[in-house]
Amino acid sequence: MILLVVLALAATGFLAGRARALKTAGGDPRDLHSLPGYHGQMVLLFTAVPALLLMAGWVLIQPAVIERNAAAVLTPADIPSGSSAALVMSDVRRIAGGLDALAAREGLSEAGVAALGADSGGLRDRLGAVGVALGGEVGPGVFEAANLYRTETRGGRTAMTVAVALTALGGLFLSLRRIRPDLRARNVSESFVLALLIGSSLIAVLTTVGIIASLLFESLNFFRLYPIKDFLLSLTWNPQFRGGSELGIWPLLWGTLYVSLIALLVATPIGLMIAIYLSEYASKRTRTIVKPAIEILAGIPTIVYGLFALVTVGPMLRDYFAQPLGLGSSSSSVMTAGLVMGIMVIPFVSSLSDDIINAVPQSLRDGSLGLGATPSETIKQVVLPAALPGVVGAILLAASRAIGETMIVVMGAGAAAKLSLNPFEAMTTVTVKIVSQLTGDTEFASPETLVAFALGLTLFTITLALNIFALYIVRKYREQYE
Amino acid sequence: MTDATAEFVPGRRSLLTVDDRTRRRNAAEARFRLYGLAAVTVALIALALLLVSIFANGVSAFRQTYVAIPVTLDAAKLDKSGKLDPAVMAKVTTVGYAPLLTKGLQAAMEENGISDQGLKAKAIGALISQDAAAQLRNMVLADPTLVGQTISFEALASGRIDGYFKGRVTMESAKLDSNVSPEQLALADALKEADILHSRFNMGFITAPDASEQRPEAAGLGVAILGSLYMMIVVLVLSLPIGVAASIYLEEFAPKNRFTDLIEVNISNLAAVPSIVYGILGLAIFINFAGLPQSAPIVGGLVLTLMTLPRIIIPARAALKAVPPSIRDAALGVGASKMQSVFHHVLPLAAPGILTGMIIGLAQALGETAPLLLIGMVAFVREYPGAPPEGFFDPASALPVQVYNWTQRADPAFVERAGGAIIVLLIFLVTMNAAAILLRRRFERRW
Repeated sequence: MILLVVLALAATGFLAGRARALKTAGGDPRDLHSLPGYHGQMVLLFTAVPALLLMAGWVLIQPAVIERNAAAVLTPADIPSGSSAALVMSDVRRIAGGLDALAAREGLSEAGVAALGADSGGLRDRLGAVGVALGGEVGPGVFEAANLYRTETRGGRTAMTVAVALTALGGLFLSLRRIRPDLRARNVSESFVLALLIGSSLIAVLTTVGIIASLLFESLNFFRLYPIKDFLLSLTWNPQFRGGSELGIWPLLWGTLYVSLIALLVATPIGLMIAIYLSEYASKRTRTIVKPAIEILAGIPTIVYGLFALVTVGPMLRDYFAQPLGLGSSSSSVMTAGLVMGIMVIPFVSSLSDDIINAVPQSLRDGSLGLGATPSETIKQVVLPAALPGVVGAILLAASRAIGETMIVVMGAGAAAKLSLNPFEAMTTVTVKIVSQLTGDTEFASPETLVAFALGLTLFTITLALNIFALYIVRKYREQYE
Repeated sequence: MTDATAEFVPGRRSLLTVDDRTRRRNAAEARFRLYGLAAVTVALIALALLLVSIFANGVSAFRQTYVAIPVTLDAAKLDKSGKLDPAVMAKVTTVGYAPLLTKGLQAAMEENGISDQGLKAKAIGALISQDAAAQLRNMVLADPTLVGQTISFEALASGRIDGYFKGRVTMESAKLDSNVSPEQLALADALKEADILHSRFNMGFITAPDASEQRPEAAGLGVAILGSLYMMIVVLVLSLPIGVAASIYLEEFAPKNRFTDLIEVNISNLAAVPSIVYGILGLAIFINFAGLPQSAPIVGGLVLTLMTLPRIIIPARAALKAVPPSIRDAALGVGASKMQSVFHHVLPLAAPGILTGMIIGLAQALGETAPLLLIGMVAFVREYPGAPPEGFFDPASALPVQVYNWTQRADPAFVERAGGAIIVLLIFLVTMNAAAILLRRRFERRW
């Protein structure tokens, strides 16, 4: 609603700005410093942008502020033993929603709603009638917090509408008043646009800051509840939702590395040979057909690979390899996930290696061939050694992709955290556990949930380090021949 | 090769006779070449196997078995008051409608002279999906005048019966299955013979919402497709302007200093951050901190936007870079400001390239699953989200998440559904990528 108002104001601002510019110049655009359109554009930007930014910021921050205020009302007595502040707060939110529904249904006034708190037993039933089922009675503190939450949410919304509308109007009038024939409106609006452009490119930085902040902040919370020493050194992973869990990262890390290793053992030879074949042997025609076909593999969503692992590769490996060899009877295994992931990362290895092999100067090949080496000898003894750093970079990038991959391992590798060497056994990875600890009911107080953030931090650090290292190698190598 | 000179004895060999060593080297050459060809073949076979297995598994989801029967909508059962008031009639639950369907089926059997194989009425009724009763109820409540009439109704057959005709359920497996008996399958065969049971294209698979664990036959993709569509709208609306603005700044305006270096390093690293980390970010910032609702397309859209941005900025910058500097110089030469030269000349020329990158980025975002799992999109959602903009805040599912969801359920019929959902997803992706390729072919300019 308010969005439409702001946009309408901005549109009128554009027209008004243009008209006013023409009027101040006595109808002759030649007397203006800037074209009338730029005056209009200036007014439009000053009307819409600050108002919209204010709105976005308000929407993001308001709930956090209200939450804090409501939580401040709660006393320790309102939190039953065995429960947590977070659980009570989620009740508060639900009761607040229920009170709104109740007020709308029964036509209650503000005072009427406030009076509901007196009759806590009846309130529970009445809330149940509007679809808010509660586990226990509504305590007075909780009710007060819920009512505060409700009124502040509503008040906040009204305040936001007013503030946004005022900002838009203020921007409109201030910028309209500035319009004079000698106003450098084009320069003003261009600097404004430049500021917007800079702001957009800062989003990337903000995202990184957001990722690091959220991972670090929640990981610190986790380490306050669970000793960092155990997390890094313990060899068992055994989360118990009643407390006393053991949350050692090693079984997960081992699973991750094992799956990635198998994936790389599949992808590296195949990907490298594809790159060599396409760049050194294949005819131009074959290349134009095969290269995009292989890159399709990179464009297929990982969920498709996941399903492939689950319904085709897993049962096949179990029936033809694991069971006859007596190595296990589970269709989800490290081998399944590794094989499928290997197929997925083939194009990462092949495309990048292809580029790098192509970057090796032709003179090196010509020299080797001129000495009488066969093409394969040239490739093995001249081209590949020259391209080696780049190829290593490509493999490292593929490794970072494999380590961060989620859906294939969720559907193909299993959920049991184990330290085992048998590739036909189900194991689990860091990403699988992030998903399983954070899906479903998320309560942010227990170490069992917060551990996901510490796992995320580990994952982020590993992949980032691999990426930076790989890009460094690739870049350094590319410069060598340019 | 270095010791070749040691073996070389002059005067004893002709260049025309191929000696052992040359033969070996040539064989090694042929082998190496074969390895290359084998690697290409293996990769292509893997691709083919992947696609074939998904299609073979999922195509059957688009056909469904139906039971066409006459149903007498008994007024005594459905509308005791006789006032045809939907509010009163709503008190009759689906349990009240199920016997009508069973009776209808029995009547149809009698008419065609099909023996009941010694089955009780309840077992005969089990041939029809539980969801059919709900559909019948909705139909009657929407049009109360139907009460008292006999209508011909096309009911969904139950999942096991459907599975029998698709080869998933056999007589042998039915013996061990508590949900279906061989007699029921025999009856189904007889009904098929009499054309009461038939299978046809299943529109419900595309439009219907998800269904509960016991009713795989009724599960559809409606909510998931809508949720994915909403998320793509959010991603498009946010990432197109932000991505284009960021790439314009970095490519055209940014001075070369540490600040812009920082931004560039950031963007290239963000492109390689595992997608699940974005899910954690979304959970921590948008849901926990900002208090946006779980499972809402707006949150999914925001997370996917952050994830897609670097993947849009990189090709957009390449497209801007490909516009030759002479265009800029010409614009500046006739008195345009820097901003005018960019927005009036460079940007329109780079637009096809930017759009191509945008579509490919969107296609990637559409197939992304892992971050959506963390922001609660896995929840079971049966209600369609409302119309935008409020609908952006309603819980919804998404296509890839729906696939994951179905694979986690016990009934194998859901695996077939998951395959079908992937086919729908792949159709969207292929269309988008084809559009991108077409755009590139049509408008790409080589300078």
